[in-house]
Amino acid sequence: MGVRVRPFECWDDFKRYRMEYYRNYLEAKENGSIRWAGSAWAFDPVPAGLGEDVYPLTGEPYGATAAFFRDFSMRALETIERKGAARDLCGYMRNYWGSVAMDRYLLADGAEIEPFPKPDFNFTIHICCTHAKWYHYAAELEGGVPTYAVDISVGPGYLLNDKKIEYVVRQLEDAIQWMEKVTGREYDDELLIRAVENEARSMTLWSKICKLNQNTPAPMEEKSMFSFYVMTLLRRSDEKVVKLYEKLYKEVESRVKRGIGALTQEQFRFVTDNPPPWPFLKVYRYLEENYGAVSVGSIYTFGLGAAWLGMDEKGENWIWEPAPTPEEAGYEIHDRRSALWWTAMFNLKYRASWQHEYSHWIRKQETYQMVKDWKADAIIMHLNRGCELWNMSTLEVRDYLVRNGISVATYEGNMADPREFDEARTFNVIDSFMQSLGIEKLT
Amino acid sequence: MTTSVDDMPQMKKFREWFENRHEYAKKWKEKTGGRVVGYYCTYVPEEILYAAGILPVRVLGSHEPESITRPYLHDMYCPFCHDTLAQGLQGRYDYLDGVTLAQSCLHMRQSYFSFADRVPNIEWSYYLPFPHGVNNPHAGDFAKHEFEKFKESVEEWTGASISDSDLDRAIEVYNKSRELLTKVFELRKAENPPITGLHAMLIVVSSQVVDKEEHNEVLESFLEDVAEVEPDREVGTRLMLIGSEDYDIELFELIEYGMSYPATFVFEENCTGSRYFWGLVENGGDRLKAIAERYVYRVPCPAKDWARGDFFGRRRFQFIENVIREWNVDAVIIAQMKFCDPHELDIPSLRDMLDRMGVRHLHLELDLTQPVGQFRTRVEAMIEAMGEEDLFI
Repeated sequence: MGVRVRPFECWDDFKRYRMEYYRNYLEAKENGSIRWAGSAWAFDPVPAGLGEDVYPLTGEPYGATAAFFRDFSMRALETIERKGAARDLCGYMRNYWGSVAMDRYLLADGAEIEPFPKPDFNFTIHICCTHAKWYHYAAELEGGVPTYAVDISVGPGYLLNDKKIEYVVRQLEDAIQWMEKVTGREYDDELLIRAVENEARSMTLWSKICKLNQNTPAPMEEKSMFSFYVMTLLRRSDEKVVKLYEKLYKEVESRVKRGIGALTQEQFRFVTDNPPPWPFLKVYRYLEENYGAVSVGSIYTFGLGAAWLGMDEKGENWIWEPAPTPEEAGYEIHDRRSALWWTAMFNLKYRASWQHEYSHWIRKQETYQMVKDWKADAIIMHLNRGCELWNMSTLEVRDYLVRNGISVATYEGNMADPREFDEARTFNVIDSFMQSLGIEKLT
Repeated sequence: MTTSVDDMPQMKKFREWFENRHEYAKKWKEKTGGRVVGYYCTYVPEEILYAAGILPVRVLGSHEPESITRPYLHDMYCPFCHDTLAQGLQGRYDYLDGVTLAQSCLHMRQSYFSFADRVPNIEWSYYLPFPHGVNNPHAGDFAKHEFEKFKESVEEWTGASISDSDLDRAIEVYNKSRELLTKVFELRKAENPPITGLHAMLIVVSSQVVDKEEHNEVLESFLEDVAEVEPDREVGTRLMLIGSEDYDIELFELIEYGMSYPATFVFEENCTGSRYFWGLVENGGDRLKAIAERYVYRVPCPAKDWARGDFFGRRRFQFIENVIREWNVDAVIIAQMKFCDPHELDIPSLRDMLDRMGVRHLHLELDLTQPVGQFRTRVEAMIEAMGEEDLFI
């Protein structure tokens, strides 16, 4: 018997927010507002203390949007390569740099605007080899935009201690003074406190929504999740994002209760790992339409913007349970320092994607537990040439999962460079994999 | 009087140590009964290991083609990380008791974890979180905290505590090595440098794989004797090497000895060259703080050198700029390990800086083995191009 399906009621709300987000950044200067650019992993509550009219542009989602619009992406990539950027660098970053170098800005609907809106400052983090240097060179391309990067590479969350948190907090304190200097604005701690609370609420809500996909039939498929999860990467400290997730949570919960699924026929559940090849999201549709195969999530969509308990204190098992908000943890945020301490601790400890760079073991446990908890039949791994960080440990994980009886398929590609994806070959891989597992094509 | 640096017994020793580094470590173990620890990156505070009586040796590759790392490391990860892991998987580091990595780039990080997990004889491994943001004022404190934990782990493993006097001795030996190696590089400011880049590489890399005290003795005597040597080669174009780790004899031999035009490296800005030893530990009481500050404030690796608010520049670039002036560099070879993100991220800006300085440069991408013919053509073409104005004089 088929599964009942229906479109998401809040779909348009999410789409609208995303459209407004890019336009707000573009138009900020007309209203005397501030705009800043940085990684989606930057501590976005921190610039929020500069006022209610502060608009970010986060580079990874922007790079993914650019990749989706292949023609724009090709021009951006080739422009920056002519300036000497290597093809194996981060795909998101090359799209971003190329966009700056072309002096063309892309809106969420693919419209191109000239010139590229220069930020008042760049504010980012550094955990992989790329993030700080992404904005360092962007700043050079933009003629010297003030840039600040926070070093967060203190190790995995389960080994966190006060000294490590303090290292990050002190950098954030310096960053606030620096932001006051470069913008000429006085910093408002109340706005910071509110933003920090919103950040935790957004991230935890997204975890709870992800958990609901453990149900059968899965109420969401991953291609739709790409439109939902990205709010945690655009501006998670925004009250409006909290409201969007509250709405989505209620809706997904209701879908579960009513047995509404993502696919009319769910005969196969799988998870993925890396960022997808954004210009070729049809891979997901191919799996759905041909095999009734639903991707119930990934280390990427769940790990990037959600907050999870993660590794237990002994570093032995991964726990896919939502992390506590300050309220749930009984932590009172009452001033700048306590706010900065919370956001540092919360991200360092509970942001899943900040954990698995520190050992194969973490990512092995994280992935294995995801397959189990979300009742997946298999994992389809994207050997992604576009991001060295997300690709870290993938082959070790593959080896571990295979040894533990989990079916694994791999395909090679690039999250943000359309030139590095072989569509026909990928479909062949999928067909062969499904055939090997005895999964029949839908008639 | 010796007529050639290559004939000097000390230089022969450096080469022998470099080429037979595994045998050296094994003999050292037999002789001392001590432990040997492989380190993956030059941010590892070797002094702490040395103070514990451990021989730290740098994990290096062999520049031989291999295919055994593909199940564990993605193809897009750099040849160095593949090569080093391959050495471990092939049993060439079967004498190591431990392995460690101070946080550097992601590729080495992945290679290190696979090495630690898959090389059977490794009984102790330690991932040392080291600040990436070495240009921020809190990095020293953080590094010191992590070095304390590192020291505790070494003590727990060896079952012996590391005293202040142990650390003092290690700092003294390592500082002496740094001073001597700096003198080697200073020699090359001369109009007619007595040594080539190949010699310098052999000296620096051998210091990374043998007991520093022993290396210091030979190096000290080398510096005394080399003053008597008459350079026996034409210097030609004064080159600077900038880039990733490079300990490939074939590449140095090609550029310095195998071209139609004479050329000599007068400086190597890489972690098998100056970045390894530049800057001393200023020991003033708090030993771990002093060690931490040396590693944080040394000439940074590109993995760690980026803007931070009031500091816009790259410290490494400032260093390079000074070297080009002081060593009278004519041209730069940017020798970057294929797929090395930190270097690739710097290269567009580095090339801009060199252009602004009017310094000719050539970018070579290194792999496990080098395309010698192609490199020869390219380097010769660069040197030819540098002389083109002569046509119009």
